[in-house]
Amino acid sequence: MKYVDEFRDRKLIMHLADQIRRSATGDYTFMEVCGGHTAAIHRFGIPSLLPPGIRLISGPGCPVCVTAAAYIDQLISLSFQKGVTVATFGDLMRVPGSAGSLSEARAEGADIRVVLSAYEALGIALSDKNLKVVFPAIGFETTAPGTAVTVLKADGEGADNFFVLNAHKVMPPAMEEIIKGGSKIDGFICPGHVSVITGSSAFEFIPRKYGLASVITGFEPTDILSAILMLIRQVNNHDPGVEIQYNRAVTRTGNTKAQKYMNEVFESCDAAWRGLGIITSGGLKLREKYKSFNAGVSFDIEVAHNEPDTMCICGDILRGISTPSECTLFASVCTPDHPSGACMVSAEGACNTYFKYHLHE
Amino acid sequence: MNEKITLSHGSGGRQTHDLIHSVFAKHFGMKEPMTDSALLAVPYEMIAFTTDSYVVNPIFFPGGNIGKLAICGTVNDLAVSGADPAYIAASFIIEEGFEISDLERIAASMADEAETAGIKIMTGDTKVVEKGHCDRIFITTSGVGILRNDQSHISSGAHIKAGDRLIINGPPGNHEVTIIASRRQLAFDVPLTSDCASLNHLIKKVLDQSPGVHFMRDLTRGGLAAALNELAGMISCGIMIDEALVPFEEPVRGLCEILGFDPLTLASEGRVVIAAAADEAQKILNVMRSDPAGRDSSVIGEITAEKPGRVIVKSSTGGRRFLDMPSGLLLPRIC
Repeated sequence: MKYVDEFRDRKLIMHLADQIRRSATGDYTFMEVCGGHTAAIHRFGIPSLLPPGIRLISGPGCPVCVTAAAYIDQLISLSFQKGVTVATFGDLMRVPGSAGSLSEARAEGADIRVVLSAYEALGIALSDKNLKVVFPAIGFETTAPGTAVTVLKADGEGADNFFVLNAHKVMPPAMEEIIKGGSKIDGFICPGHVSVITGSSAFEFIPRKYGLASVITGFEPTDILSAILMLIRQVNNHDPGVEIQYNRAVTRTGNTKAQKYMNEVFESCDAAWRGLGIITSGGLKLREKYKSFNAGVSFDIEVAHNEPDTMCICGDILRGISTPSECTLFASVCTPDHPSGACMVSAEGACNTYFKYHLHE
Repeated sequence: MNEKITLSHGSGGRQTHDLIHSVFAKHFGMKEPMTDSALLAVPYEMIAFTTDSYVVNPIFFPGGNIGKLAICGTVNDLAVSGADPAYIAASFIIEEGFEISDLERIAASMADEAETAGIKIMTGDTKVVEKGHCDRIFITTSGVGILRNDQSHISSGAHIKAGDRLIINGPPGNHEVTIIASRRQLAFDVPLTSDCASLNHLIKKVLDQSPGVHFMRDLTRGGLAAALNELAGMISCGIMIDEALVPFEEPVRGLCEILGFDPLTLASEGRVVIAAAADEAQKILNVMRSDPAGRDSSVIGEITAEKPGRVIVKSSTGGRRFLDMPSGLLLPRIC
């Protein structure tokens, strides 16, 4: 397949793996922040190509994993209100709230539909004025522009039956939180799709303030291996910076049009990240001008705020302090069929990925 | 107005009788007297017996419909057990308001597929439920096949040993991707049709010409990932496949890249994976490639002595990973 096979070329991969082996002179720990990278690393068997001194740990970049349990509770409560249809990304269906998941709510009769985009959710609202369609807006700078454009479109169409339950988050503050929290890492594999929007400049504080190596990379095996090689060289040369390996998609300034839409619709706010707590300026909220689309304002949502009582260590895993296999629940109580924490639910979650690809290794 | 199914078509009275005659008996070639049971002559000691329900949505899709699927699926379940499919029973649960012309289309394609596969639809049942109590039409088919005595080891994989080659009869996943594309208004065309097909002739050819078939499984829900993990759980060996050898079609790979699916977990309705003795594999491959249903057959991996009970994928990059049983739901109701 064009534009894919070139980046999965076995010869090139073996050459890169060889170069990594030659360049690695000690132990290195790199955090891949983005859940898409976690999934790609394990799907392509990247760890089996690396020398033992190189450790890749997963960060907080799976949108589902960092979605607070209270948010799921709010969605479930909304889904049972009269006339409400929740149109959600499929990943969210099985995430456990403090009492049940959307999937369970659907089985009990709530109208919950899976969509591939915010736009598709708006389409449902426009085609049936009797429904009140709520779109759970989750994700980082990658999905936020899509929500922004959809809100603007809904505004233009005068759609008064489309709402957003917003939980958008932004990545750089969470990365800073992880560094400050004392995670022992030598560098970041910076998120690819987030960087397409923000540009590489959003991560320049990492080498400048904290002296950590940083490379923005794509999702193909040659991308990831090239990034690891570039990180090793930054560490070896004591020359941290933000390098763009993913230069077919990422620039220093990013997608300014998408940024403009985001700024039009959203403003910065503090946000609750599951496992990490409240992160200052870690989220986005709808601006006052668009509050009629805010499901949190337009509906009366009542939920009892019970954090799930579990020994799940998702928080430590998202910070890179622990690996999934260090959790006592992993693969015994907590499995993809019966997830205790969100990291086991999403295909991009660290625990789910470890379970799928490394169990009993 | 088009003729529609009403509750009285399921009442058991005259309308039921008329519907059965005007649609099912006509297409399936059933003759009077229509008794409570079909009487079947069974020439061998062992028969294979299977049943499956079909609830696919949409009921008509590129490359087939729920009726064709209901025949192929049951034929294939029998064929991969090493049996010659012989007789099928078909039961219909129909929602009030269903168009009779659609029922005719479904019955006609069932009759066509049964003829292609060389089996007879012998008996059946029809129920009509109130609007909203089922989604348009559900079909259950049960099938009986005649098992040759020397093939009874196939369904359990009793003869499998390390070194056996794994062969697939064509690109997997087309059925599920076709259904995904027909269910959703994707903003692009997916140039695919379902692979839905009866495989009994292909399989019979292989069994007639080689004693080297050690196991067969048709790839339905869960795709290769499910079929291979089920096999790994049944035997005391491991399984290794090379992802680069699995002949996925580009639209399938493309859609998986966009939507984030693992193509190894996608369902087919006309694909079989065969474990073949190493010294017979080439011959079996040649036989398969000479049949229209196996033109794109290829060897995708082998049975290994290492990692018993586990399926390992050599990724296209040369890295290795475990392939686990798929969990959760990709998409509701694909068959």
